[in-house]
Amino acid sequence: MGGWAIAVHGGAGVDPNLPQQRQEEAKQLLTRCLNLGISALRSNLPAIDVVELVVRELETDPLFNSGRGSALTAKGTVEMEASIMDGCGRRCGAVSGVTTVKNPVSLARLVMERSPHSYLAFSGAEEFARLQGVEVVDNEYFITEENVGMLKLAKEANTIVFDYRIPALGLETCSAVVESPIQMNGLPISVYAPETVGCVVVDSQGRCAAATSTGGLMNKMTGRIGDSPLIGAGTYACNLCGVSCTGEGEAIIRGTLAREVAAVMEYKGLGLQEAVDFVVKERLDEGKAGLIAVSSKGEVACGFNTTGMFRGCATEDGFMEVGIWD
Amino acid sequence: MGWAIALHGGAGDISPSIPPERRQPREAALRHCLQIGVDALKAQKSPLDVVELVVRELENNPHFNAGKGSVLTTEGTVEMEACIMDGKTKKCGAVSGLTTVVNAISLARVVMEKTPHIYLAFDGAEKFAREQGLETVDSSHFITPANIERLKQFKEANRVQIDCAQPVEKDVKKETPTGDGDSPIGTVGCVAVDNDGNLAAATSTGGFVNKMVGRIGDTPIIGAGTYANNLCAVSATGRGEAIIRGTVARDVAALMEFKGLSLKDAAACVVEERVPRDNVGLVAVSAKGEVTMPFNTTGMYRASATEDGYTEFGIWPSVEN
Repeated sequence: MGGWAIAVHGGAGVDPNLPQQRQEEAKQLLTRCLNLGISALRSNLPAIDVVELVVRELETDPLFNSGRGSALTAKGTVEMEASIMDGCGRRCGAVSGVTTVKNPVSLARLVMERSPHSYLAFSGAEEFARLQGVEVVDNEYFITEENVGMLKLAKEANTIVFDYRIPALGLETCSAVVESPIQMNGLPISVYAPETVGCVVVDSQGRCAAATSTGGLMNKMTGRIGDSPLIGAGTYACNLCGVSCTGEGEAIIRGTLAREVAAVMEYKGLGLQEAVDFVVKERLDEGKAGLIAVSSKGEVACGFNTTGMFRGCATEDGFMEVGIWD
Repeated sequence: MGWAIALHGGAGDISPSIPPERRQPREAALRHCLQIGVDALKAQKSPLDVVELVVRELENNPHFNAGKGSVLTTEGTVEMEACIMDGKTKKCGAVSGLTTVVNAISLARVVMEKTPHIYLAFDGAEKFAREQGLETVDSSHFITPANIERLKQFKEANRVQIDCAQPVEKDVKKETPTGDGDSPIGTVGCVAVDNDGNLAAATSTGGFVNKMVGRIGDTPIIGAGTYANNLCAVSATGRGEAIIRGTVARDVAALMEFKGLSLKDAAACVVEERVPRDNVGLVAVSAKGEVTMPFNTTGMYRASATEDGYTEFGIWPSVEN
């Protein structure tokens, strides 16, 4: 018991037909991020610094749905959100509607440390970013060709599925569906793959921290906020554990998923893995999601009820694992 | 069993020397809104309808910090947020950054019922409101002279604290009641349960006086300011940052579920132990028709009623507690 531990994720809900090359790229990125976190932990950086560092790396890489490579809104733009929480004192910071800030997770940290508030959004968040002098770029920087293509597919699928005035019929004719019948959030998994990123860490002093970052739902309405920036839903950390979630935002919010893991540990005395299993099994109803968690005792755990979750974890005693499937 | 309803108009440093001309309209509003809620429950309206109805009434009343009468941002504008949750299905809806929508709580309900999303904010939310045909007005409608004055006084008293280059203490910040004894924080909310144990919660607010543009508080965050499931419904008010960190509304339900505490004990535990003094108040009802309204601030505008005829109104702590 004791010692540091770290886990990272790149989203729960993976297309079973994902090309092998893409799977390899994902595993390499996760491995690189884990190693980054491990070096930092070995240099005695506190948990809160490590989660920020690792999530910055995930945001910068265009592979997953955060920072560069974020999913696109219905207008073809990027609106990013992130949150970070320090188990010490349960300090937290969150941002939504970020359009020019290169690393939303770092902006969330600044909200936590340099503003009188916990959560800033849209123009207020952008204004704060400028006051703080963080690195900003054009919105185009975050948009990848791949996601422009995905948006097109999503719109195709969406005109049938998401038009809430019309019952969901005729989906069979959409090309995106023919490839993979698995759906999440009403969209075929080949089009909608959450790929939110997150990191949870416990350092050698037993301090826990968590951070989550995302571009949100492909083809989302402008102004739509998901679970990632909501403390207690997508992110939570306290003196017992650190948790980061990914998957169907609605399910994660209704289930206050991240807080739930900590609550069953605190109020029912469950251990980390038990708590994670309980929450994934009992708190999601028909929702699909996954999460990673660490405990102050140096344990690491993950759980998901989706087809796969991009994840990696490592502990001080030398254990290290990167995976996608069950 | 039996129905129950509780509502609040904000917790904070409400000075006992608040002049009658400030106190009486609020007390009258609490009675009026409680009656509306009670009548609706007696008429078998669903708890979801009841909480929306009552919060709309509170939003329309200029004496509370929601809808008309919302406190102002540091730029003298209004940014409203609200949240509604149906305990039976755990469906929820939330909105933030509204500037022209007359009833934020109704927009939150439309988000819940008419979109695949839970939370819409700022321009996106405003646009959606128009698409859905909700009532919108010029932003000036929500701004009251009292709040213009409140912002001025707050800025004067807090000149030092807005320097964003300095690290800021969040919990320790002292509120500055204005000369007339008004608290700069507050929110409105309502929780209700019907005869069948169906629960609902709704909360609405203008936020925190002099808040940064774009600041989101606890109200629209499920589990922080608002929560309902099959055990209880909770609406919280107070210092948003502390309520978020304490996941207040969810914790009341979690303590009931995981530790078997009663509604009253769970709520008291959260208010007394999970959030620093002077930071929070809440109203809650249970599936069994119980009501509780604890707070750790100087006062909380509140009212409640249960089917067996019990009613309670208050601002400061009850004498018998």
